[in-house]
Amino acid sequence: MRWGRRGATAAAAPPLPRTAVELRDVTHAYGERTVLAGVSLTLTEARIGVIGANGSGKSTFARLLNGLVVPTAGTVLVDGLDTRTQVREVRRRVGFVFQDPDAQIVHPTVAEDVAFGLTNQGVPADEIARRVDEVLVQYGLDGHRDHPAHLLSGGQKQLLAIAGVLVMEPQRVVFDEPTTLLDLGNTRRVARVVDGLEQDVVVVTHHLDLLAAFDRVLVFEDGRVAADGTPAETVPWYVARCG
Amino acid sequence: MFRAPREEIAVKTRDLAYVALFAAIVAVLGQIPPVPVPGIPVPITAQTLGVMLAGSVLGARRGGLALLLFLAVVAMGAPLLASGAGGLGVFVGPTAGYLYSWPIAAFVVGWLTERFWRRYNLAWALVANLVGGIAVIYAIGIPFTSLYADIPLSASAIGSLAFIPGDVVKAVAASVVAVAVRRAYPVIELPSRRATAG
Amino acid sequence: MLSLYRPGTSLVHRARAGLKLAALAALGTGLFAVARIEVVVAALIGVLAAGLLVARLPAGVLWAQVRPVWLLLTGLFVFHLLLTDPLTGAVAVLRLLTLVLAAAVVTATTRVTALVAVVEWLLRPLEVVGVRPARVGLMVAMTLRFIPVVAERAARIREAQAARGASGMRLGLLVPLLIQVLQLAATLGEALDARGADDVPARRPRRA
Repeated sequence: MRWGRRGATAAAAPPLPRTAVELRDVTHAYGERTVLAGVSLTLTEARIGVIGANGSGKSTFARLLNGLVVPTAGTVLVDGLDTRTQVREVRRRVGFVFQDPDAQIVHPTVAEDVAFGLTNQGVPADEIARRVDEVLVQYGLDGHRDHPAHLLSGGQKQLLAIAGVLVMEPQRVVFDEPTTLLDLGNTRRVARVVDGLEQDVVVVTHHLDLLAAFDRVLVFEDGRVAADGTPAETVPWYVARCG
Repeated sequence: MFRAPREEIAVKTRDLAYVALFAAIVAVLGQIPPVPVPGIPVPITAQTLGVMLAGSVLGARRGGLALLLFLAVVAMGAPLLASGAGGLGVFVGPTAGYLYSWPIAAFVVGWLTERFWRRYNLAWALVANLVGGIAVIYAIGIPFTSLYADIPLSASAIGSLAFIPGDVVKAVAASVVAVAVRRAYPVIELPSRRATAG
Repeated sequence: MLSLYRPGTSLVHRARAGLKLAALAALGTGLFAVARIEVVVAALIGVLAAGLLVARLPAGVLWAQVRPVWLLLTGLFVFHLLLTDPLTGAVAVLRLLTLVLAAAVVTATTRVTALVAVVEWLLRPLEVVGVRPARVGLMVAMTLRFIPVVAERAARIREAQAARGASGMRLGLLVPLLIQVLQLAATLGEALDARGADDVPARRPRRA
């Protein structure tokens, strides 16, 4: 099925199903180095922010949510699906936007790249064309359809990366520092896109002001959740903690 | 310092990425203008440096595939060879044998590198690159030209002599780079280690 | 930009890519099997006619493909003049010239996607040993996509090194470049997973 997102159709369409992610006593280690230690969480909120110092485990946490990383111990469930055994189904529900769009754009031209995920899902060609057009218009890339991706600006590349994920219509989107490499103008553009999404989101970021209107913010510290609450509770605590 | 969480990524797609990116590296090396070196008769192009590096860094299978992919992209019309040539023409030209040898050369460099991996250092790297990156290429390219252009083997061999000094320079360069990359970001995993790591 | 394809609607353009590649292979084999000057000259005229008159390619397009081997061909002919006889030399050199020109015609009249489709078709028998022909197109696309990315990273490293006073060649450039590219590959692998590259069915439905 498809969900309307914009204008009148969005009002008329049924709301997107919420996606529940559950981490049960999740530990993750790369060789000797433990990056997450016994994290248990249930994520049901629509807007979840993740902050913390470099190396605090937030990037690994993000990758656990759609099975890019499977835990060394413990279990991650997305709507009851185990990321270890049902990874394809999990990834259809949870999209992932990386920090560096250059690592995520795999086709030379804009429209081809947006179509990539749909091609992988075996969507018929005419439907791919329609959905790609729709998404390109939505993200202001329709003038760049056949442009080489490498000639886009940094902000446009990130929008292209986001478009390539959202065209697959996931229910939740994980953003791993989506604005770290962007200037202020582009950071705000991407922030507006994230705010406008009907999908549930998890945003890992160092840009604390992106999180002001979020439902919940997790603060990671040394592989544990050190604080968990509304932005008003957690962000000032984190700022104070950073000295 | 920071290592990408490599062991958790599905091995296959990461290998696709390595292969495609090294094909791109070989292409970029081809765009570097030839460097004239005093005492060496022909300017050095960097493209076969890419052949050696693909084998030295990625190992036999992925290195060979990277060069196969590079040649496929050239064959499909991308003018990515150091000469600025591309398309199918270069695959039927008199020196096409050297091109055909590249995937095999990268594979052999990689195969030797894997054999030497535990004791890998500048000397072993040099052995791998001289054997795989030079001997293999000439062993294929020289007879090919001889048969194909209908000239004696000796003439074909003499014609390629001028390139050997430059290739030796490249083998040394590739070895230095490969040893440094192995220290910072080793990609080749030997089967037994993979088993213990998993 | 990164392709030598010249759009057109001629008979040669419209001929199936597989047919053109098969013809090229047949020509290559045939000219070596029948090493006679009249056959080679006839083939050369045929190829030129197909390229210039039927496909209406500009002569420059063909010359661009001959230019890299021009000196070599001349050298070969001189060699034969000195050591064998002019006829053998003419056959050897014109044969190579014909093949290079024929390949140039195929390249200039065939879309990359059509060539990819032929390669996928040729690889289909290897499916039994686990090769995924549908991956070929993706790999070719990724290579073309990442050439400018790698070039840009190399330029950035060179700037950073120049800013710290380094100059000249480039070995110092290669180590950080390769490490950056390997890290990029790790993320790219994740991105391929995240975007479902693993979902590709072994057999892709045929498209027109």
